[in-house]
Amino acid sequence: MTMTNTSENQKEYQFVSGDEAVAIGVKLAQPLVVAAYPITPQTIVVERLAEMVEKGELNAEYMYVESEHSALSAVMGASVMGARTFTATSSQGLLYMAEVLHYASGGRVPLVMMNANRSVALPWNIFGDQRDSLSLLDSGWIQVYVEDAQESLDMTLAAYALAEHPEVLTPVMVNLDGFVLTHTYQSVEVPSQEQVTEFLPPFNLKHKMDLKAPKNLFFTASPQHNLGFKYEQQQAMLKAKEVIETIDQTYGEITGRKYGGLIEAYKCEDAERIIVTLGSITGLVRDVVDELREQGEKVGLLKIRYMRPFPGDEIAAVLKDAKAGSVLEKDISFGAEGTVFTNVVSATYGINTKLTNYIGGFGGKDIKKEEVVQIFKDLEEIIKKDIHPSYAERVKYIGLEG
Amino acid sequence: MIDVIFLGRGGQGAFTSSRILGIAASLYGKKHSLSFPSFGPERRGAPVFAYTKINDVPIRDRSQSVKADYFVVLDESLYTPNLLERLKEDGKLLLNTAIPEKYKVLEDGSINEKIITFDAEPVARQYLGRPIMNTTMLAALVVKSGLVTLENLKAAIHYDLATKIAQKNEALITYFESNDSLEGGGK
Repeated sequence: MTMTNTSENQKEYQFVSGDEAVAIGVKLAQPLVVAAYPITPQTIVVERLAEMVEKGELNAEYMYVESEHSALSAVMGASVMGARTFTATSSQGLLYMAEVLHYASGGRVPLVMMNANRSVALPWNIFGDQRDSLSLLDSGWIQVYVEDAQESLDMTLAAYALAEHPEVLTPVMVNLDGFVLTHTYQSVEVPSQEQVTEFLPPFNLKHKMDLKAPKNLFFTASPQHNLGFKYEQQQAMLKAKEVIETIDQTYGEITGRKYGGLIEAYKCEDAERIIVTLGSITGLVRDVVDELREQGEKVGLLKIRYMRPFPGDEIAAVLKDAKAGSVLEKDISFGAEGTVFTNVVSATYGINTKLTNYIGGFGGKDIKKEEVVQIFKDLEEIIKKDIHPSYAERVKYIGLEG
Repeated sequence: MIDVIFLGRGGQGAFTSSRILGIAASLYGKKHSLSFPSFGPERRGAPVFAYTKINDVPIRDRSQSVKADYFVVLDESLYTPNLLERLKEDGKLLLNTAIPEKYKVLEDGSINEKIITFDAEPVARQYLGRPIMNTTMLAALVVKSGLVTLENLKAAIHYDLATKIAQKNEALITYFESNDSLEGGGK
């Protein structure tokens, strides 16, 4: 990027990848400390931020660290000193951070981290699926998944507002599908610094480390008090559901772009068959829904934006009136089923909608339009049979043919 | 939707061409576009595909294009006849070569109309001083296809490339403004 393109009432547009869109969002949020260890396909985010710091466009301390474990530890330390921070990782790097993830959430440190969703070894593979972040759903982080580069930028800003909200104080992980989103370029509208200043309050951590008012952070809790702290953490997560909706509204009023908060239900009002998605595959399913709707088929799309806090009530409310639904995901919990599916089934316990699970897109494999069309056809068969598929029968794989 | 596939070797700038075309179409041309390389480790000299999708409506399908309206081959050593199978029904393959007859004339002596050739090296050498032929082939594609205007192509070049390189490439585009014929190439 060497020039700025301005057109249409002086709105600024840039042609950027998902990674670059995140970097622009971070720059607008003006963090004071960035610490990261590079890993494909996250690398471009931190390269761009390093360039911005070097050029003086971003007035931040860029810390070179020797590992992801150190990167997350470093921003955690900086954050409790009262600095807004940023870090980013992917796959093996995220797993290496696992210990610190729990520290940050348990310590209620309002961090923002971008994760480039990538396959987990072995077999070694640098391409996209969502097994890395979904394996860490229980780490206490808010997890959001985005669909395109515009949402990547917008969500980065919303993530700061959410993490730092005084009633939330929970770290946020923004997930972008590796390569298909992180490395794909498109036109993105960039909010002005004025708009961002209006949207995002300055970082103001009430319980920060302060020599003038010393206090104990990251302490030990006895058996007597441990559950109490964890209960508070859970309450903050549940509170985040309301805050997410409010932030989406506010962001929409300022920039003109809203995403629906926890979920987005697309053409679901009278839908008999619904596919549930997470991340960038949503775009393709949207296309298929549009095409099938033109042919008079009653189909819809339910995009889950947040996996934590999990929008259980919201999902159940959309799925309950459909005859059948399927969760399409790039993840598996070996010996069970897709983890998104497990969560959806739990949330919809007691409704009569027949649910199935499609697992595919591993290690960067494209999910094709025909495969999405086939899922809708399969759902039609399930409706005709009118029997809930058994635990073993309801999980199917796409793209196995190699 | 228009699908353009670029094929070059790592370092020849296939993805840069793809991106500049996407920029010209979306930032300056009021259309929607996606641009992405074949993903993976970057290796100089290895075959690299790059994809540009252009449409009047937002493009949500992020999968690699299977078939192309235009398939641009930057390096003729990468050409094989089976690339023609990746063309849509009216698709064209634009090949960078100084010897069109080697590729266009079929065994029975007829001309393969699916292939358009352009000799990019003399033009690139004249304007850039180096045999980097990605923008030359992109300009040839733009003249042939009308996917974007040459004016928008110039704007996109200035958006994407460093100032000095962009200026040289702008001069290169002026060559195409005064030379409509694609057959042959620079002298």
